Amino acid sequence: MRPFRYARAAHLDDAIAAGSESGTAFVAGGTNLFDLMKADVLRPDTLVDVSRLPLDTIDDTPDGGLRLGALARNADTAYDPRVQSRYPMLARAILAGASPQLRNMATNGGNLMQRTRCYYFYDTATPCNKRAPGSGCGAIGGVNRIHAILGASPSCIAVHPSDLCVALAALAATVRVTGPDGERTVPFAAFHRLPGDTPERDTTLEPGELITAIDLPPQGFAAHSTYLKVRDRASYAFALVSVAAALDIDGGTIREARLALGGVAHKPWRDSGAEAALAGKPATPATFAEAAGIVLRDARAHDHNAFKIGLARRAIVRALTEAAGGKHP
Amino acid sequence: MIAKPRIPDLLPEPGGPVGRPVPRVDGRLKVTGAARYAAEHPVPGLLHGYVVSAAIARGRITGIDTAAALAVPGVIEVFTHRNRPDLARFDRTWQDGDAPRGSPFRPLCDDEVQFSLQPVALVVADSPETARYAARLVEVTYEAREHRTDLHAHRHDSFTPGKAKGGFEPPPPPRGDPDRALALADVRIDARYTQATEHHNPMEMHATTAVYHDDGTLTVYDKTQGAQNTRSYICKVFGLPASAVRVLNPFVGGAFGSGLRPQHQLFLAVMAATQLRRPVRVELSRPQMFSFGHRPETIQRVALGARRDGRLTALIHEAVQESSRHETYVEIVVNWSGQQYRCDNVRLDYRLVRLDRATPLDQRAPGAATGVPAIEMAMDELAFALDVDPVDLRLRNYTDTDPNTGKPFSSKELRACFAQGAERFGWARRRPRPRSMRDGRELIGWGVAAGVWDAMQGRATARAVLGLDGRLTVSSATADIGTGTYTVMSQIAAEVLGLPVEAVTFRLGDSDLPTAPIEGGSWTVSTVGSAVKAVCDRVRARLFDLASAMDGAPLGGAGARDVTFAGGHIVVTADPVRRVSLTDVMRSGGLPAIEEEAMSLPYMVARSRHTLGTHSAVFAEVRVDEDLGTVRVTRVVSAIAAGRIINPRTAASQISGAVVWGIGMALEEETIFDHTLGRCMNHDLAEYHVPVNADVPEIDVIFVDERDTVVNPLGAKGVGEIGIVGVPAAIANAIFHATGVRVRDLPITLDKILMRQEE
Ligand SMILES: Cc1cc2nc3c(=O)[nH]c(=O)nc-3n(C[C@H](O)[C@H](O)[C@H](O)COP(=O)(O)OP(=O)(O)OC[C@H]3O[C@@H](n4cnc5c(N)ncnc54)[C@H](O)[C@@H]3O)c2cc1C
Ligand code: SF4
Repeated sequence: MRPFRYARAAHLDDAIAAGSESGTAFVAGGTNLFDLMKADVLRPDTLVDVSRLPLDTIDDTPDGGLRLGALARNADTAYDPRVQSRYPMLARAILAGASPQLRNMATNGGNLMQRTRCYYFYDTATPCNKRAPGSGCGAIGGVNRIHAILGASPSCIAVHPSDLCVALAALAATVRVTGPDGERTVPFAAFHRLPGDTPERDTTLEPGELITAIDLPPQGFAAHSTYLKVRDRASYAFALVSVAAALDIDGGTIREARLALGGVAHKPWRDSGAEAALAGKPATPATFAEAAGIVLRDARAHDHNAFKIGLARRAIVRALTEAAGGKHP
Repeated sequence: MIAKPRIPDLLPEPGGPVGRPVPRVDGRLKVTGAARYAAEHPVPGLLHGYVVSAAIARGRITGIDTAAALAVPGVIEVFTHRNRPDLARFDRTWQDGDAPRGSPFRPLCDDEVQFSLQPVALVVADSPETARYAARLVEVTYEAREHRTDLHAHRHDSFTPGKAKGGFEPPPPPRGDPDRALALADVRIDARYTQATEHHNPMEMHATTAVYHDDGTLTVYDKTQGAQNTRSYICKVFGLPASAVRVLNPFVGGAFGSGLRPQHQLFLAVMAATQLRRPVRVELSRPQMFSFGHRPETIQRVALGARRDGRLTALIHEAVQESSRHETYVEIVVNWSGQQYRCDNVRLDYRLVRLDRATPLDQRAPGAATGVPAIEMAMDELAFALDVDPVDLRLRNYTDTDPNTGKPFSSKELRACFAQGAERFGWARRRPRPRSMRDGRELIGWGVAAGVWDAMQGRATARAVLGLDGRLTVSSATADIGTGTYTVMSQIAAEVLGLPVEAVTFRLGDSDLPTAPIEGGSWTVSTVGSAVKAVCDRVRARLFDLASAMDGAPLGGAGARDVTFAGGHIVVTADPVRRVSLTDVMRSGGLPAIEEEAMSLPYMVARSRHTLGTHSAVFAEVRVDEDLGTVRVTRVVSAIAAGRIINPRTAASQISGAVVWGIGMALEEETIFDHTLGRCMNHDLAEYHVPVNADVPEIDVIFVDERDTVVNPLGAKGVGEIGIVGVPAAIANAIFHATGVRVRDLPITLDKILMRQEE
């Protein structure tokens, strides 16, 4: 690991001030950042430790939603009784990720900011536009079984690895951010970005900005929602394809639908077109298949990941069917 | 001192320790952290080396700029091919006891890059963090040459290796006319099977702590399966006498074959220690664990012809496997097929392709875990084509003599494995038709496969010292790589001398101890256990002679066959009141200790007249999600015939551990190469998948009764490897039974099932 300076932020203001310096990185649980520093992928000069800031609570909001502190641990979030009863899809998504040890360390803010697991990004001896802009994309024409089928660019075909974020996308959460210019809120769909020709940027967070909380709207779809994760082993593997599916059903007819996918794109992939197509239709397999078709209309495969298109189609239908059935196994 | 050619067979006492599930004698040390591994021995003034790994697969190093690394405070030296010491010249000198034919890789030898991740420099510093940081600052430039790492692309550029390695048997010559028989067969199967490259990935990373002493001698803690193999490598390469080097490996955190050959961290640590005259430790990182030996990638063709009644009429098994450019690694892949099944028309063919990769290396059941899955999947395909039960098909082609050699098996209770395994599994309730068992969206499948492995034995020496305190210390320079060597050797010694296991200390993992070979090939119980028995027999004979000469004749003139050794006493079997304690015997003889040494050799003549092997029948149940292609293994029964089981607890642990790995081979494990870069890309345990707890079902292990008087005086064959051999095919066959689609490429990841389903 390269030598770095370490500063622990006592107050939010200190953190923002320190974080605005170039070469600075915030560290929370460290479960992703330290790995990347050891692999020499990230080389910050200064670490600003934000883990002691009082942003680790989970609070009810006046509108009936829930505010998840950026520094609340993934495990504490998943096991919070309010999350479990009002947002079961979110709890399920978190518990589908990583391992108990990691979830005990990992924070919600850090989870949003985790980097891709693309092999080339992790191996400094190989080309990668995200790690070293302009060096090329090793995965295009290389090994790309785990890569994107939606929204990729000729510069980068990486996927965002988070499970939690897929549920947050489906729930239409809001990210609260504080920076040198004060506080702002970012709709979840606008938080992560597509690679375009600047794949080095994963999010729309500006330098020096700190995530302070994630707000969940009151509608949690508790009765009809699920998170389905398909992976190469039963636990402790990133999603090949995952689906957060939520329905508001009235007498067999879908009033409102939410649908987001993980493992398929550079960002959690929420498709409002498919959601709109589901609304007002009967909750049947045919409706779900139609929605899957809309989501995957523009899907494009690379050498090794063509299977993801069919898999995503089946996973969407399965997840929507489970959600409609109100099953929470 | 050579033991008599034939050591009397072990006749375990009913209450004796052999055959009992004795808990591991070293278990407490391990769970309390008191057991130290190669990188855990504290040494004052220790320096730390970090390896710089090559970025290209083939070419030349045109420059190494070490200035920035050397400028880091705490960095002592950066070793490269330019400033390494003068070393041995001839390939022979670099060949260790497990080396195949060829030119072993020599770290930092010259500017040539032979494979990706090859070590090209070593940074030595006063802390591991500094060494690792400075290693990042070493700037290496290369002139790349065209490389080839893709077995599939180059499979036609193959050759037939000769006997390129000790223990390797090239396939036997063809029998009959297999091509014609295949053409004329009532039913035919002809398919291609592939298996991915796999890396061993033991939990403990390879590490060496080399301690240089002022008198020029070395103490080396190495992660190895053979302390004496490591010692002789160091002595030959660095031109040192054996007396100047002591190698210790008292605990090894798994190895699975990766420690059979000295790895480059050993060379680098010893080189740095001798050059700097300081103690140096080099520990590889997890990505660097992908920089040396591995199970080779393999492409196979199996063609079977059969009559309607299921009798095989043609058997063709061809394998093409990777080796490196510099060495000719070989393993026995196809011979097993000719040995397992009775058939008059057989052709077995084994070829290699040279690739720009590190030389492959034996990995748990090398060759068998590759070839047997292919023949066992083909047999399942044949059973389906014939509409015959897969167990039944195997029994119809069963053989009690080895068709490859015409020799009888020394013992082969495979029929009992099938019968007892099937009974425990409930095989009789299987519905033969694929896709005929389901539970909601999950398709359920049952599969079976047989397994086979060798029952080898080498030569070893053991020393025993019995003290007046009644404690026995037995020693031999073998290793315990987690298999239970400490425990079973203690049991054998305790059995022969009628002592409680707690009264025995077994010492291993030290090159100064009596000679033992590398621990591998499931031959340690056979090899070292026989030496332990031989030496304890000698102690026993000495004690009996002394007792017979004692005043007052406590044994009343009983002969050696009339007495039993039990509870620390010699007891007249027919008249148990006549007894004398071992320590009284020694005291009366005026002996403070009895010390003996003995060597054991295999029964060469009897062995040469037989084929020896362990056998298994594995039954597996899977559940496959019909829509998503995900596979869960929900039940495994493994029935094993491996002669006498010295310790059913440690033996069962070997088998169930091997089943877990077999699940990995069947479903998950694969080193993924980018052939443009010539580099493996998933070089960490987040992306190189091995089974996690949630992937592992209940595993039921059965040891069937098997008596064998040819294998060795213990009648025990060893169980380290047989447990994995049958597992991949049993699971693959179960997946076919569940889904009706046949995936012949391991690992069977869900994408392969989905793609095949769509075809
Ligand atoms: C082996 C392994 C398996 C895993 N499997 C999964 C999985 O299956 N699913 C899944 O979803 N995740 C998985 N993870 C990822 C894990 O969830 C993340 O590492 C974790 O959520 C990161 O949180 P952290 O607090 O440790 O972040 P850190 O490592 O501390 O930080 C990560 C990044 O976020 C930035 N950051 C942290 N907090 C803030 C903040 N408040 N505001 C702005 N920036 C911030 C840091 O600067 C850094 O760039 C896995 C991780 C590992 C190591
Ligand atoms: S896909 Fe993106 S992260 Fe992966 S190599 Fe290409 S640019 Fe880098």
